[in-house]
Amino acid sequence: MLPSWKRMSIKNIQKDTDMSRQFSYIPHTEDDIRTMLKAIGVSSIDELFSDIPSSVTLQRPLDIPEGISEHEAAKFMKGLAERNILGTSFLGCGIYDHIVPPAVNQVLSTPAFVTAYTPYQAEISQGLLQGIFEFQSLVCKLTGMDVSNASLYDGATAAAEAAAISLQARRKADTILVSEAVHPFTRSVLRSYYQDSGVKVETIPVKNGATTLEGMKEKLDENTACVILQTPNIFGILEDFSGFADAVHEKKALAVISSNPMSLGVCRNQGSWGADIAIGDTQPFGLPASFGGPTVGYIGASGKLLRKMPGRIVGETQDTEGKRAFVLTLQAREQHIKRERATSNICSNQALAALASTAYLAMAGPYGLKEAGEQCAAKARYLYHLLQDIPGINVFSDKPFFNEFTLDFTSGKKAEAFIQGMNRQGIFAGVHLGALDDAFDGLTAVAVTEKRTREEMDRYAACAREVLS
Amino acid sequence: MKTKLLSEISKPGRRGYRFPKLDVPACDTRTLFGEKLAAEKPPEIPEVSEIDVTRHFQNLACDNFGVDIGFYPLGSCTMKYNPKVNEEVSREEGFASVHPLQPQETVQGTLEMMHTLTNYLCEITGMSWGTMQSMAGAHGEFTGMKLFRSYFQKKGEISRTRLIVPSSSHGTNPASAHLSGFEVIEVPADERGLVSPESLKPYLDDSLAGIMLTNPNTLGLYETDIIEISRMIHDAGGLLYYDGANLNAVMGKSRPGDMGFDVIHLNLHKTFSTPHGGGGPGSGPVLVADRLVEHLPVPDVVKTASGYKLDWDRPESIGKISGFYGNIGVLVKALTYILVMGRDGLTYASETAVLNANYLMESLKSAYYLPYDQVCKHEFVISADKIKKDTGITAVDVAKGLIERGIHPPTVYFPLIVPEALMFEPTETETLETLDHFIDAMKEIHRLAYEAPEQLKSAPHGTSVCRVDEVQAARNPKVCWE
Repeated sequence: MLPSWKRMSIKNIQKDTDMSRQFSYIPHTEDDIRTMLKAIGVSSIDELFSDIPSSVTLQRPLDIPEGISEHEAAKFMKGLAERNILGTSFLGCGIYDHIVPPAVNQVLSTPAFVTAYTPYQAEISQGLLQGIFEFQSLVCKLTGMDVSNASLYDGATAAAEAAAISLQARRKADTILVSEAVHPFTRSVLRSYYQDSGVKVETIPVKNGATTLEGMKEKLDENTACVILQTPNIFGILEDFSGFADAVHEKKALAVISSNPMSLGVCRNQGSWGADIAIGDTQPFGLPASFGGPTVGYIGASGKLLRKMPGRIVGETQDTEGKRAFVLTLQAREQHIKRERATSNICSNQALAALASTAYLAMAGPYGLKEAGEQCAAKARYLYHLLQDIPGINVFSDKPFFNEFTLDFTSGKKAEAFIQGMNRQGIFAGVHLGALDDAFDGLTAVAVTEKRTREEMDRYAACAREVLS
Repeated sequence: MKTKLLSEISKPGRRGYRFPKLDVPACDTRTLFGEKLAAEKPPEIPEVSEIDVTRHFQNLACDNFGVDIGFYPLGSCTMKYNPKVNEEVSREEGFASVHPLQPQETVQGTLEMMHTLTNYLCEITGMSWGTMQSMAGAHGEFTGMKLFRSYFQKKGEISRTRLIVPSSSHGTNPASAHLSGFEVIEVPADERGLVSPESLKPYLDDSLAGIMLTNPNTLGLYETDIIEISRMIHDAGGLLYYDGANLNAVMGKSRPGDMGFDVIHLNLHKTFSTPHGGGGPGSGPVLVADRLVEHLPVPDVVKTASGYKLDWDRPESIGKISGFYGNIGVLVKALTYILVMGRDGLTYASETAVLNANYLMESLKSAYYLPYDQVCKHEFVISADKIKKDTGITAVDVAKGLIERGIHPPTVYFPLIVPEALMFEPTETETLETLDHFIDAMKEIHRLAYEAPEQLKSAPHGTSVCRVDEVQAARNPKVCWE
């Protein structure tokens, strides 16, 4: 049952003593109700519930607070929001603090998109369908892949879906190989999705912060369905995947590469590494951090995998008059037709957030994306150099990185103390990777976006010096 | 006039957004990363100006239907009004800007929000505790099936692999069960449109994992034998899973926990008014009975003397099922809705949702065949089978006729057990006038089917496109621009 403080805190705002059922979202007048009951031929609303056996009829009011006005509810919720503390953020590991152009936010607030369902009825859903088609197109262009879908829940589940495609494509294979340098949460999701169903999820160990070709080859064999890699990886390092795809394909497995899409204006994309499936999360494109969600999982693939793709896919076609039109296509793969034989159970996507990312990419364009990437890289470099000179700070690796690098505090305790010390100065200094995976104890990832200023970074360095002294 | 593609309005040199001037030394990324790791050139995406982008999306919006535009009686989708206060609150910087890996003492507001929402949802459904990590209904089902498996594994009952799913169920149910490694057994509905306890008897052995049910079911009918079903499944050692898609019919009236369900998912984007967003983001919290709590995904949100914490120490947990903690922005909206509605409001919502559905059903049954003629809950199914035999007009033609009259079609061809099915769910937020307008439209369509079927066959008129060629789309898939 609810703790009493909770009931109190909300009740105290205002108790609604008027029981006249003034619920603004329910438009019925007493007259309306009478008219409708009469038409139905019953004398009360209760009669409409008489089919529910009394043993499963709730005989008391729900134990939640009485309703309040929107104004009061908003005030209460804003009070909660204000209990969160914001700071200058150098946090990354999948969620980044980039600038969001106001025009992108407007897309997120457009009622015709916000209040629509999945666009089953093409004739009155052309707007959404075209928007999603453009999202798919941008994903293809960005990743260098042939096909894409309407989006997935997030980057981590996109990895799980890529594994599902691979297991379907390689029916006899039973192993998913995943690099240790892939986000630990993505690896956890893969284990939760597969380990109880006879599929092995095995890790390729990392050497000096990166996956090695030899390390991967040692694990690869005929039972491998796919190899899942990530660049920039969890340490921020840009991985060199030269020769990887060939080695994977030699064993008839699929190469899956996850990338922060913000890096793709300046870094090699998945297609150019020879990936069969490209995945990631478009949160950096116009979406707020929002404690980790909603974001958007993206997936691109080579053309031959199109019919194995999960979720919704929008295709271009024509209407009866020969005009260009868009429609949800290849639905024969899907659960509402195939039921238990469907390729995936996915019924929804992150459409609205995907439209926002589409708008972001359109606003940025190729050169905006390149500039954002260059700025991220330049600023991350700047902070990296500042920190290198501070006693007590060791950088984990000298390998090339995009917008995130890793510090090595040698112990989790020291890393946490550093983060806490910086937190007291209003700076979120980095993510202790040891909190995500014990093997990374003491390693702390620091992310810098184009939104951070030189002043903020100078202050980071000054505070770090103080905290570590 | 159809909106051009972004790629068609692109012009080299245009740019929609300016970044702040770089205030640190610039670096050449090709030198920095090395030729091997750097992009050869930027991706070939459109170059457009800000006004292009804004107009593009607003033009697309004008070519799209939503609850804010008109009546949307899509069955099993609960297209109720999406209160604007929800949107306003979720955009609060305090909620929107927090990073999932911030120090926990700096995210107390969000953790409290999640904890409070979990408590309220448990009270509304009669469950013990839950997770907010699943992103959608189907994701919730998948999580639920993982919980089943984990529960049986711990009990050493790994032979329990068969899962009963009624033939009227949502397609995601068998798909989720199958993907989680269960063998799906489909049982037909009886002549009442319900699951009969008798039909379960052949499967009550030690290979039974359990049953997935929606209650009320997809015909809009309350499964009146639920107590008996629940007893039989539990006696056989199985578990009951509740698909919460239809919870909007029974809030404050009947709780899945009291019905005997062990694991349930809710659809916050349906019952709790957070918008559908054109297909997402949604949220599909999973709530469980006591004995399954230890298996819930990590991390759990717990309240301690020193504040709220994310608790990762759950040895029996199924693990993580999404990247972070769920679609948090959606949770904010759902909690706001629950606060506004309160205990009476939620109950009243279910009462008026059922009232609206029964009013529509009664008003339509003179014209359309109603296969299960009894009190419905929040939705009902009619069949266009007779009209089809008489006139050639199908369920789809009826749907397209509605489009022409400014109404979103119902769910068509579902549930699969009713031929030419049309499934309507009006929700509680529609006025009597809207319902009457809809009834008139349906009657006019019925008349046209017999008098001027060609008008329906070619419907809709006046939309930006006529009926689209789905066969061509699937035969020669074109899923991105050239």
